[in-house]
Amino acid sequence: MTDVKYTIKDFKSENEVRWCAGCGDFAIINAVQRTMAGMGIPKEKFAVISGIGCSSRFPYYMSTFGFHTIHGRATAVASGVKAANPELSVWVMTGDGDSMAIGGNHFIHLIRRNIDLNVVLFNNRIYGLTKGQYSPTSDRGFVSKTSPFGTVEDPFVPGQLVIGARGSFYARSIDGNLKLSQSVLEKAAEHKGTSVVEVLQNCVIFNNGIHNAITDPNHRADRQLVLEHGKPMLFGAENEKGLVFENGKLKVVKIGENGVTEDDILVHDAMEVDPTLHLALINMALPDFPVALGVIRAVPAPVYDVEMEAQIKEIQQTRKVSCVDELLNSGNTWEVTGNPNGSSKKCI
Amino acid sequence: MKETKVIELEEVAIRFSGDSGDGMQLTGTLFSDTTALLGNDISTFPDYPSEIRAPQGTVGGVSGFQVQFGKKQVNTPGDNANVLVAMNPAAIKANARFLEPGGTIIYDSDSFTEKNLRKANFETDDPFAECNLEDFFKIPVPISSLTQEGLKDFGLDNKSVMRSKNMFALGLVCWMFNRPLDYVEEFVKNKFRKKPVVVDSNIKVLHDGYNYGLTMQHMTPSYLVHPAEIENGTYRNINGNHATAWGLLAAAEKSGLELFLGSYPITPATDILTALSERKDLGVKTFQAEDEIAGICSAIGASFAGDLAVTTTSGPGLALKGEAIGLAVMAELPLVIVNVQRGGPSTGLPTKTEQSDLMQALYGRNGESPVVVLAASTPSDCFHYAYMSAKIALERMVPVILLTDGFLGNGSEPWKIPAMADLPSITPRVANDSEEFLAYKRDAATLAREWAFPGMAGFEHRIGGLEKNITGTVSHDPENHQVNSEIREEKVQRVVDMIPDLEICGDEDGGDVLVVSWGGTFGHTASTVRELRLAGKSVSLAHFNYIKPLPKNTKEVFSKFKKIIVCELNLGQFAAYLRNELPEFSYYQANKLKGLPFTVSELKESITKLLED
Repeated sequence: MTDVKYTIKDFKSENEVRWCAGCGDFAIINAVQRTMAGMGIPKEKFAVISGIGCSSRFPYYMSTFGFHTIHGRATAVASGVKAANPELSVWVMTGDGDSMAIGGNHFIHLIRRNIDLNVVLFNNRIYGLTKGQYSPTSDRGFVSKTSPFGTVEDPFVPGQLVIGARGSFYARSIDGNLKLSQSVLEKAAEHKGTSVVEVLQNCVIFNNGIHNAITDPNHRADRQLVLEHGKPMLFGAENEKGLVFENGKLKVVKIGENGVTEDDILVHDAMEVDPTLHLALINMALPDFPVALGVIRAVPAPVYDVEMEAQIKEIQQTRKVSCVDELLNSGNTWEVTGNPNGSSKKCI
Repeated sequence: MKETKVIELEEVAIRFSGDSGDGMQLTGTLFSDTTALLGNDISTFPDYPSEIRAPQGTVGGVSGFQVQFGKKQVNTPGDNANVLVAMNPAAIKANARFLEPGGTIIYDSDSFTEKNLRKANFETDDPFAECNLEDFFKIPVPISSLTQEGLKDFGLDNKSVMRSKNMFALGLVCWMFNRPLDYVEEFVKNKFRKKPVVVDSNIKVLHDGYNYGLTMQHMTPSYLVHPAEIENGTYRNINGNHATAWGLLAAAEKSGLELFLGSYPITPATDILTALSERKDLGVKTFQAEDEIAGICSAIGASFAGDLAVTTTSGPGLALKGEAIGLAVMAELPLVIVNVQRGGPSTGLPTKTEQSDLMQALYGRNGESPVVVLAASTPSDCFHYAYMSAKIALERMVPVILLTDGFLGNGSEPWKIPAMADLPSITPRVANDSEEFLAYKRDAATLAREWAFPGMAGFEHRIGGLEKNITGTVSHDPENHQVNSEIREEKVQRVVDMIPDLEICGDEDGGDVLVVSWGGTFGHTASTVRELRLAGKSVSLAHFNYIKPLPKNTKEVFSKFKKIIVCELNLGQFAAYLRNELPEFSYYQANKLKGLPFTVSELKESITKLLED
């Protein structure tokens, strides 16, 4: 940590922000800028990398180094940025089309390698920039311009891919909950390794209200479970509901009913290496379960860019070749002498 | 005892040939290295199938390695082999048409069984007659049984024993050509240092082969090839893929940058990734990506972050990288893209050579997407052109595609080792004045922008794949796009001031025929022109290493000749490019698409015909 002090303004660029009025992206950029301002890292050490889509315009609205790349490849470009200079704080801004469809391969391999990047996945379950086609996270039967009779395919659940790819950090937030977003982004930034923060984001034009069932203020307490490491998994207006693990499955119980006490409720352990329970939490969906939010998984694991540098350092300690001249002259070489007029091979 | 027949030769080509599991590539490589160490000039040509272990004994599974060496300049591995080492009947069938009339065939007589003859689709019991090889000097050697006999006390299983029979063949050939065994012995000791029994058995069989030649002098000829009269200096043997890797290392050291390679394994380019992966001692970062696209995208990220960034691939991979190359063009980031060309389209002929990616390199992207295109011409000069590719990319802030090919990548030759101090300087365009910095402000002469990367305080800026204005901000302004498109093209054209003039090898003041070639065909076109000139013909050579932009005297050179013939391993891509760039000339063509290099004889035929027309 250095003593650099920033405010959110230091991270805003001079460019006019061109998201639609009411877009969930405004809240997310706000949370990201607040998080960065509080990290104590010099501003020039931030690099924000994005692919294609509404959310991927993000770097242009930041005052940091930024690179708006091509569709689906932000994770791959960012991997190169971080490998080249591990001292940087590298952020990937991506959407559900960008990272779950065209960039799916790079997404899972980034997570498998555990490169120290912070990925913010804006999930609005629609293609917005191309004006309203279903996405890989749209529900089966979803009606859109390219599925006028409903889709006949199942969606990806991003958290499942993170677990499947042996992810070390996964959190979920909602665009409107700035406080929660900032809190999980801070934890994502602290985490060493790939951190994926899925933000449920509203597309006000093409998929307005897609997350309303979760965000509805009248039912929010019953439909959201905000997880905190070391705290019991309680929810409901009076924290009267909770989760237990029974017969290999999660189950919603009510405190006081059937002899259930608070001591019976699961305590969240984000640092448990075994992903079984984390996956079960990720899978929870309405109406039978609340939707899990907060940091679901944060486990220590070897970090690619750290290991890469360490390997180079280790090998360099006992190296026999320390410059290119030595390399070129290593191994089998021989001298040719006595041909003062010998020919070079260049011409005929 | 009869005296050994000693044949003194200017140059000789040997082809080692057997099943793809017989170790012929290693045998050929060891013989070539031994020969280069003795001071001969050499040129090699590995020719192998794409299957790792194709069905044993079949023609499809034959793996070959040809080396030509001599006392004079050797530019090619030889059209045909003077000596064929055949480990089975299939090797005879596969190579019959690549043998020089009157040559020698050494073969493992143990393997010429009824079963193996059928596997190789011979119809009779005389494979030599079937292949019209009656006039060749044939030396049957029971290699398999002699290897078994020699190793009977080693306690090895039969499979391990048979794996050593290539060493018998190598020992025998070393005797025939007066090569000492010490280099091979050292190699074996080093390679199998953890398995002493493998070291001992291989060396035993190697000596058995050598001694067999010595003992059977009456039937095996011995050849004498004097060392070559080449320039004084320190030499090493090098193949094109290694030379490419090392040229990139040299450029990184010279420019003071870290080297980053993002790549995905693909034949025949993988060896560059392998060679650089071994160089952690020099701080190289190699990133084996999940696919070709991630290979180049990670390199683009590393370039954005201030590394000398490279991606390596072959034709199908270049196709996958197309969109990302466009990003590097638009963002104006330095990037080297190496394409070791192979036979196409699609998966095509992965292990065979071709020059058919030229158009893809020049034009294979969406939009107006100009890049600099270079091509190396010999295995060893891959070093120079890899170095120059990096220099141009870093000094002009532009992606550069370097074209080599399977023939150069796998082929090897002696190389006079350069000194780093003698290589041209490389000055990356790293920005130093944050007050004046704008992402797309350009140098007036070169049109290159400045390079500022994360970590440089005060230089924070945004770039991307969208059209932009001078600050990097997105711009859809019609005039701006027109101007920027023209600037990106002009920036590439201005690289012409960094590249040497086109040389005429032959009649500098002009003549009857100008042979035009580019890239990996140099050895064959140069040998052809040399032979035709020795026969008194007015034939000259102009060989291109710089494709885009073309050297500035190209037009002047072309105008000196009555006829121009463009020779290339495709259906006429460079000829088409020249017709577009310099339409005032007529171009004849000599083209080949067999997955094989040209032969000097077929080129001579085409050019002689043109001279007579």
